[in-house]
Amino acid sequence: MPFFILFLLIAGLAVIGWVAARGRALQLSRVHDRRPHSLPGHHGSYVALWLALPALMFLTVWSAVSPGLVEQSVLASPAAEMLPEAGIQRTAILSEAGALADGTMAAAFNEEAEALVPAFREANAFYRTIGIAATLVLAFAGGAFAFLRVRPDFRARNRVERVVMWALLIASLIAILTTVGIVASLLFETIRFFERVSIVEFLFGTDWSPKSATFGGDEGSFGAIPLFWGTVLIGAIIAMIVAIPLGLLSAIYLTQYAHPKVRTVMKPVLEILAGVPTVVYGYFAALTVAPAIRDFAVNYLGVTSASSESALAAGVVMGVMIIPFVSSMADDSLAAVPGAMRDGSLAMGATHSETIKRVLVPAALPGIVGGVLLAVSRAIGETMIVVMAAGLAANMTANPFESVTTVTVQIVQLLTGDQEFNSSKTLAAFALGLVLFIVTLLLNVVALSVVKRFREAYE
Amino acid sequence: MTQTALTQIAEKRNAVEVDTPKMTARNVDVFYGAAQAIDDVSIDIGMENVTAFIGPSGCGKSTFLRCLNRMNDTIPIARVTGDIRLDGKDVYDSSMDVVQLRARVGMVFQKPNPFPKSIFENVAYGARIHGLASSKAEMDEIVERSLKRAGLWDEVKDRLPDSGTALSGGQQQRLCIARAIAVDPEVILMDEPCSALDPIATAKIEELIHELRGRYAIVIVTHNMQQAARVSQRTAFFHLGTLVEYGDTSELFTNPHEERTKDYITGRYG
Repeated sequence: MPFFILFLLIAGLAVIGWVAARGRALQLSRVHDRRPHSLPGHHGSYVALWLALPALMFLTVWSAVSPGLVEQSVLASPAAEMLPEAGIQRTAILSEAGALADGTMAAAFNEEAEALVPAFREANAFYRTIGIAATLVLAFAGGAFAFLRVRPDFRARNRVERVVMWALLIASLIAILTTVGIVASLLFETIRFFERVSIVEFLFGTDWSPKSATFGGDEGSFGAIPLFWGTVLIGAIIAMIVAIPLGLLSAIYLTQYAHPKVRTVMKPVLEILAGVPTVVYGYFAALTVAPAIRDFAVNYLGVTSASSESALAAGVVMGVMIIPFVSSMADDSLAAVPGAMRDGSLAMGATHSETIKRVLVPAALPGIVGGVLLAVSRAIGETMIVVMAAGLAANMTANPFESVTTVTVQIVQLLTGDQEFNSSKTLAAFALGLVLFIVTLLLNVVALSVVKRFREAYE
Repeated sequence: MTQTALTQIAEKRNAVEVDTPKMTARNVDVFYGAAQAIDDVSIDIGMENVTAFIGPSGCGKSTFLRCLNRMNDTIPIARVTGDIRLDGKDVYDSSMDVVQLRARVGMVFQKPNPFPKSIFENVAYGARIHGLASSKAEMDEIVERSLKRAGLWDEVKDRLPDSGTALSGGQQQRLCIARAIAVDPEVILMDEPCSALDPIATAKIEELIHELRGRYAIVIVTHNMQQAARVSQRTAFFHLGTLVEYGDTSELFTNPHEERTKDYITGRYG
């Protein structure tokens, strides 16, 4: 019986349990002639939960454990004695035999596998029967235990509430644990990297030229300063020069000047910018903006070194991409400034724009700064645009018409294609990822605390 | 006495005119969308007086007050008709610049609303906007004079760079009065200036209104009848968007002419 049929069976039993317990509770409340503590539905849910949860938990654990048990019993069988002692051959034969037994494979490559099939079938059937039986026993035991507790004064309502609380807690823990897991994996690989390359060279070196060292030769150098500089130039300087004024001014227009009808149209349209896939921005940058900027630089500014993959093209397009972030945070902060503040200024005879410049924007500034920091953290982690438009050369240049590279671009470069996962080159990607993670994390923490303090001031 | 004589006396007592009018309003209507908030109100605001507007909540007294410095302009759906004049000049006329009008007719709000700036900058705000000071020394003088007039100087003179929002509620409200005074207005409108304050802070504001009287024409909206009796010389009673009765404060409170006024001041409703 496959897993999901068993699952359906348990679910069906839970429904039956729910109906039965609800009926029992209704009946009891009639007999005892007083209002029971919990509604009949709560008793029903209580029984259904007791019936389904332990059984399904066991089923989950069992399906994780049983393949190991099956393999053990197969290895203990007489047919397993002819297996090679260890190594790839042994594993291959075992997994082939397993697949043959399941019917997912029609014929074996290794003839030895055929011999193991009966043992596999036998073990499979044995453990499957145990699993199904135990699951059903658990379901019935749980259901019966809960059903016997159905009484008018039994507080099923509170117990069901507690299960809800646990379910919510687990849901949030999964998200947190995933983050912890990501950090841990980054951290371990990074430590391995720093066993090969010194941390000082990585953080302060200015020469970035990782090579594939197939035979233990020269692995190149890993000075990441050019990457950090390229990231800052594109994400924190050029993109912000575009996004801060445009985002802020559009937020001011939308909150202060726009007619409500205009606002209901323009605000969603502006937010569509945030929904455009970044790869689309990427080819817009690479195919349209970058050549235009290069031609402009060469023909009108006389910058002959202008590259067709320029920092400016990537930065400008990235700036456009994050306009909605800046503008929606600025919009919220401006809207959060109390109307009394605006009225106070207008009543002093200030004009609309004076009020905005001298009162509203200063009052909303913490929120706006928070939005900008969030936008920076988003920009420096952005990948597709820079991969397509910024180039690969690790240049240390302040000339925006030249090609620079960023942390994210290099991570993509280091990890794409067939790579060995124990060379300095691939491990460097994890070190870069960790740096990126730490920087964006700090930016987010600072931004959120700034925004939070601002909110407290006005609530 | 004949019926006509009685009516004549009634008309005289309910006269909207004062001897030295600073502002005059005639047949003012205010609409919010389709709803009428003010219905045909005519009233004079005297130069030498503190004028109080009283009435139950939603009677239109604040709405009418906000017509006097055109603050209703900031509400898109509000529409004001009728004739409101400041020193004989129509404030709703296209030749009247709203920036200048508001410099001459200052306003203090219900809730203290200092700007999130220093105490000094709060008071200097209007002077900066209207370009009243040409030097740092002049600005210092304006700030000091305004704070002194608002009775706040002694409390804040050592902490002028501190944020205005760090002051207590009563101090914030006096800061807002100082801010309004700093541009040297002729009329000061106060919209329930004490409703968010404790009794001690309220007493200080009332004392301040006494001191400011004569220098500025003051209009105060209040839902507190004792306050109106304490601080004002003239009182206007509004009800359901109309001006029911307007007269000397002492007269209106001791010998109200209209039945509705009498019911209100004796606490029958409101």
